[in-house]
Amino acid sequence: MFYIYCPYCGEHREEEEFHPKGQAHIERPKEPEACSDEEWGDYLFFRDNPRGVHHEMWVHAVGCRKFFNVTRHTVSYEILETYKMGEQPSITADSQSQAREGAAVSQQEGVRA
Amino acid sequence: MSQSKQQVYRLNTGGRIDRSRTLSFTFNGQRYQGHPGDTLASALLANGVDIVNRSFKYSRPRGIVAAGAEEPNAIVQLGSSEAAQVPNVRATQQALYDGLAASSTNGWPNVQRDLMGLFGKLGGQFMPPGFYYKTFMAPASMWLTYEKYIRKAAGLGRSPMEADPDNYDHFNQHCDVLVVGAGAAGLAAALAAARSGARVIVADEQEEMGGSLLASRETLEGKPADQWVARVMDELAGCENVTLLPRTTANGYHDHNFVTLHERRTEHLGDTAPVENGHRQVRARLHRVRAGQVILSTGAHERPLVYAGNDVPGNLLAGAVSTYIRRYGVAPGRKMVLSTSNDYGYRAALDWKESGCEVVAIVDAREAPAGDWVDAARAQGIKIITGSAVIEAKGSNRVTAARVAKIDIEAFKVSGPVQELACDTIASSGGYSPVIHLASHTGARPNWRDDIIGFVPGLVKGVQACGGANGCYALGDVLAEGVEAGIKAAAAMGHAVQTVTLPSAERLQQGPAVALFQVPHEKPTLRGPKQFVDLQNDVTAAGIELATREGFESIEHIKRYTAMGFGTDQGKLGNINGMAIAARCLNRSIPEVGTTVFRPNYTPVTFGAIVGRHCRDLFDPERYTALHQWHVERGAEFEDVGQWKRPWYYPEKVNGKTETMHEAVARECLAVREKVGILDASTLGKIDIQGPDAREFLARVYTNKWEKLAVGKCRYGLMCKDDGMVTDDGVTSCLAENHFLMTTTTGGAAAILEWLELWHQTEWPELDVYFSSVTDHWATMTITGPEARKLLAEISDIDLDRDSFKFMDWRSGKVAGVPARVFRISFTGELTFEINVQANYAMHVWQTLFKHGEKYGLTPYGTETMHVLRAEKGFIIVGQETDGSVTPEDLGMQWCVGYDKPYSWIGKRALTRSDTKRENRKQLVGLRPKDPKVILEEGAQIVLDPKHAIPMPMVGHVTSSYYSPILDSGFALAVVKGGHQKLGETVYLPMADGQTHEAEIVSTVFYDPKGERQHV
Repeated sequence: MFYIYCPYCGEHREEEEFHPKGQAHIERPKEPEACSDEEWGDYLFFRDNPRGVHHEMWVHAVGCRKFFNVTRHTVSYEILETYKMGEQPSITADSQSQAREGAAVSQQEGVRA
Repeated sequence: MSQSKQQVYRLNTGGRIDRSRTLSFTFNGQRYQGHPGDTLASALLANGVDIVNRSFKYSRPRGIVAAGAEEPNAIVQLGSSEAAQVPNVRATQQALYDGLAASSTNGWPNVQRDLMGLFGKLGGQFMPPGFYYKTFMAPASMWLTYEKYIRKAAGLGRSPMEADPDNYDHFNQHCDVLVVGAGAAGLAAALAAARSGARVIVADEQEEMGGSLLASRETLEGKPADQWVARVMDELAGCENVTLLPRTTANGYHDHNFVTLHERRTEHLGDTAPVENGHRQVRARLHRVRAGQVILSTGAHERPLVYAGNDVPGNLLAGAVSTYIRRYGVAPGRKMVLSTSNDYGYRAALDWKESGCEVVAIVDAREAPAGDWVDAARAQGIKIITGSAVIEAKGSNRVTAARVAKIDIEAFKVSGPVQELACDTIASSGGYSPVIHLASHTGARPNWRDDIIGFVPGLVKGVQACGGANGCYALGDVLAEGVEAGIKAAAAMGHAVQTVTLPSAERLQQGPAVALFQVPHEKPTLRGPKQFVDLQNDVTAAGIELATREGFESIEHIKRYTAMGFGTDQGKLGNINGMAIAARCLNRSIPEVGTTVFRPNYTPVTFGAIVGRHCRDLFDPERYTALHQWHVERGAEFEDVGQWKRPWYYPEKVNGKTETMHEAVARECLAVREKVGILDASTLGKIDIQGPDAREFLARVYTNKWEKLAVGKCRYGLMCKDDGMVTDDGVTSCLAENHFLMTTTTGGAAAILEWLELWHQTEWPELDVYFSSVTDHWATMTITGPEARKLLAEISDIDLDRDSFKFMDWRSGKVAGVPARVFRISFTGELTFEINVQANYAMHVWQTLFKHGEKYGLTPYGTETMHVLRAEKGFIIVGQETDGSVTPEDLGMQWCVGYDKPYSWIGKRALTRSDTKRENRKQLVGLRPKDPKVILEEGAQIVLDPKHAIPMPMVGHVTSSYYSPILDSGFALAVVKGGHQKLGETVYLPMADGQTHEAEIVSTVFYDPKGERQHV
């Protein structure tokens, strides 16, 4: 069970208080009618499934009811940061040094790596 | 002497037992005696009980092997009464109490004379590895044959057939440092962390904290190690910042340092919890601990050697032999042979000898063992046979001899003549495996270390391993690692570090161990006598070899194919040996083969502890409306809608007989159509929406238009997801220019509020609008039927004139003397007023309505009647007519879609995607069965040609179906491909019983098609 820092409440709370809402930073196209069917389909249905750093949207459902973003490592499940809606992450897959990525993965892969 | 004569293997001195008191217990109906301080296992050994179970698959006699959580055989059923039955108890972990009643979980008719053993002899052919898969792939008819055999043969205990009288609870806890395991490393860590002032929880699974120090032959500061334990325990018990949890197993290690601790509070006292002051004590407690830092000081399990006949009772782990002698005062035999690959095993021989029993020989796989314990054994005159191993244990119900030979580990063969040594006990030690289970729960893969011949845990953030769990075994080093871990953990939580002076431990010289897992036999593994790897699941070395020959190369596949490490055992004794054997067969190294994942729970957790107080009435919250008590007194039957309890129907007594649901619903329906009915609609979701941009917001989330809705008016709205599929519906009313009241489906209330917040917070934060749930604040009473106006007029000051208070208007005023909002909307098609009052006035208003309503025939109706009445009108229920794949157009509700609204509202763009535009989508229609007596089955599939060969192309299904009392006919709503173009056509519904129903596609509106009745 995750331990999540709500950037609006300013406290860590148990996962039971939150709902995950899927990939973060999915913006609704400003002019839907200008989108092709394929573009609209991409917006509706297609999501990333990265192995590593992932940005997710969560809602503090039984707390302050605010939506916010979580940067989470999908292998270690470590939450690297949480940030308010409208803000940009300070940690991204690109920003993480290769060395750190490598270390995290070899840790998890253990004997195979 | 109070010592019972039966305890023939009890030593006269030694151990942490109280010989002055005798406890009586039964095992398989036989009465025995033991002492306080015993486990069930030590008491059974003291009484010379060799066979404690029959094995899972081959039904072979099995005895006690270990002294702790890793015990694979002595798994018993506990309980002196039916209600108190507990399965899967390890006898090695169960404290003895007076009156304890235990029995074997396998064995038929009993463990001593077991008939299943006959089948077991066939077992090699009958249940090969992969048995499960091969069985399930067999013809289905064979399953019945297998099943009888499996039911009888398998299973590790049974659940009670009566309700559990005990209570269980949960604690949610936080701490700075959680120490798991209170042996040498754990106590040292706890002491260091405690002195820093950090909040510390120490959990230990045993009856007493201290781990191996309680029975160690090593000294600390020149004194027995348990004296140091006692001093540390005194200090920790006196610390306000320390919680000591004995008899508590950390059973699962979850994300972000969330650890569940299973505390057994009364299981050492009896099979049900004692009653004190009239209250039954809590039997077990689950601590849900969010720890800042976790220290895993879980120790190590000794690895048995895998040799032929290693499962015959009398084969024990070397360390277990020492524990039984030193901690429990029991020598589990008379003449012992020790087979070892390392120095640690020698301690068992020294303890055995010192207890006055005979050590026949130490058989050491190393050519030239050297070290302090080896020297001590030599000094005691114990015979040491080097470069050799016990290759086979002889005996059936108890070991009678050990066959010993020189072995060549590299070539995996016996390299010298075999000698047979008579003995009744064989102790073996293949070294230690760190207990990495908890670390493994986090998903971190362990790392192999050649120097300790074992896996050490991979570690995630905020956790350390120390001592045996980290592959560190020398006592002085263990203590130092513990202190260091404690200091680091406390410091990480911001607590100042205190110095901890370590007690001086003996520095012992030790020779290197040799990597020995499976011992070679004269015969090849596949043809020789069975060599067991996983005793609990009856997995043999031959089974693993066979699996590799059948092409299984991944250790995860081998595990599943052979069942190694399955179930409650979780591979505690067998996994590393199994991997080593797989590695040998595949000609790889152990780290190349890798390890399987250990999963929670570490040892079984009783369901009671998992459930805690969340059972019976507290299993799930129930929501009641303000009128609930009235419904109960009226004899309503209730239906669960989400967590709400809603009246389903109100059966009446007619001529002394209680109405059936069908009769009650027919009466309620006709009352509404002909007179007036009343429904408690309080559960409908209500969201109060305020702000200057409220109207704009509604226009974006609903499919229809809101710009012109005037104050005092109501409008039905349909809500889609952005994929164009209907997700909710309801009536929204304009209370003031900037103030609206939205209603949602009962089940969707919370989700829709979140949905609105989602769009406001993420896409449209510039809109000035606020949402509040007011579902519980307002009670809603729906009066509906031709007489509704007359009834309401008697108790309301609102002008109810049909022209001034029109359909789809709302008015505020007084009803029964209290402030109310009255909405003229209808879900029945009849003249309807929905009266909303503050919930705490509801009962008064409801009762006043009934006082005046009797003369009009006012009839309460429930959800079933509500469904029939709305279906007669073709009104949809989201979630019944829709399933997330239905658009407004599929429902024929284009009238509710504002195609030309300026903002591209949620769902609009998707309605022109190729898939939502295509012909032949399933569309909502009415179905009228040709035989009016037929009530079609909801969910029934619809076909166009019943003579078509199976499989018939299915063109849709029934979504709602009822009997209509006003039409005196069955009727249904359904979705049918291209249904809107098929009005008047006949479709067919083939049923499971072979009947085929015939129905005509008709309009969805079955009653009052012009909709005149709601406008009267």
